[in-house]
Amino acid sequence: MKLQIASRLGIFAVLELTKQPDRQMTVAEIATKYGVSTHHLAKVMHVLGRAGLVRSVRGAGGGYQFCGNARRMTLLDIIELFEALGPQGSDANEPGRGTGEAGALDIVLGEIDDTVRSTFGSITIATMQRLVERGRAPPVATGHPRS
Amino acid sequence: MKRPATRTKAQSRSPGLRAHAGSGQAGRSATLPSEGDSQVGVRKETFLLRPAQRDDMAAVTALDKRITGLAKPAHWLELYERQRKASQPAGIFLVAIEENAAHRLLGFIIGEIRAWEFGSAPCGWVYALSVEPDSRLLGVGEALLESIAGEFRKAGVGKMRTMVTRDNLLPMLFFRGEGMMAGPYIQLEKDLR
Repeated sequence: MKLQIASRLGIFAVLELTKQPDRQMTVAEIATKYGVSTHHLAKVMHVLGRAGLVRSVRGAGGGYQFCGNARRMTLLDIIELFEALGPQGSDANEPGRGTGEAGALDIVLGEIDDTVRSTFGSITIATMQRLVERGRAPPVATGHPRS
Repeated sequence: MKRPATRTKAQSRSPGLRAHAGSGQAGRSATLPSEGDSQVGVRKETFLLRPAQRDDMAAVTALDKRITGLAKPAHWLELYERQRKASQPAGIFLVAIEENAAHRLLGFIIGEIRAWEFGSAPCGWVYALSVEPDSRLLGVGEALLESIAGEFRKAGVGKMRTMVTRDNLLPMLFFRGEGMMAGPYIQLEKDLR
């Protein structure tokens, strides 16, 4: 499973902005952390802004600010701004369309699509923040003494 | 082994503030903010967690019926009897009760430690978790889940599992929010005609 770069950047940007909700961050700050061009990230921020997930604050100390609900917004909400997930609709020109074999393949692909949508649709930004924190936490001691 | 009742105090506040169960996990919320979460002010609710009693089964049945649309009194009674007879803490059935004159049931959770099913080392299974819809911002679900996790931990079990239908978003979001992720098993099924 691979997401388009714009989707990844959209998720990263929202995660950055929700870490310190009272602070605005500039495109340059976020772009530097993730090693991407400000030009590319600016386009992503524009899409997020148009969807009402972030807003830009002008002036000194300005930048972008998150304006959604981190406990309601899911990864799917962000990803779907940039790419379509799941069944793309039947394409009559697809090879084999209408055959039993294509129908069977559609069942398998449908199972995968359902899982992908369910996973992205059930992980909120707040849950992601906890996953990030958990990844940073030092490993818990197991209690086994070293011999 | 008899489990004592524990008191928890939860607060649900306006957006930007936190709801917590007061169970040592400050800042963790068990429930999702709803559209009606915008009122200003503080709502306080104290509830008690304790092992289920036979007398609770009518309220458990009623709560489950409100949520699922199906009344299953025999099922809940059977589960209660099964966990009562099981060697503790193999079976755990806890209820959350409002601490006021009404003693209303706010939620319940049922779990069990199962060993070597499908080749799995002993783990704690959460079979059912229900919270009264009008009490879903008070940390009841989180308190129940933390409580049962504590019982599993005390029994030496290091893994907790549950099962949720993919399209049942509310419990899925809740369990994910509590740190639960997809496990190594895939549930398979087949229509028998």
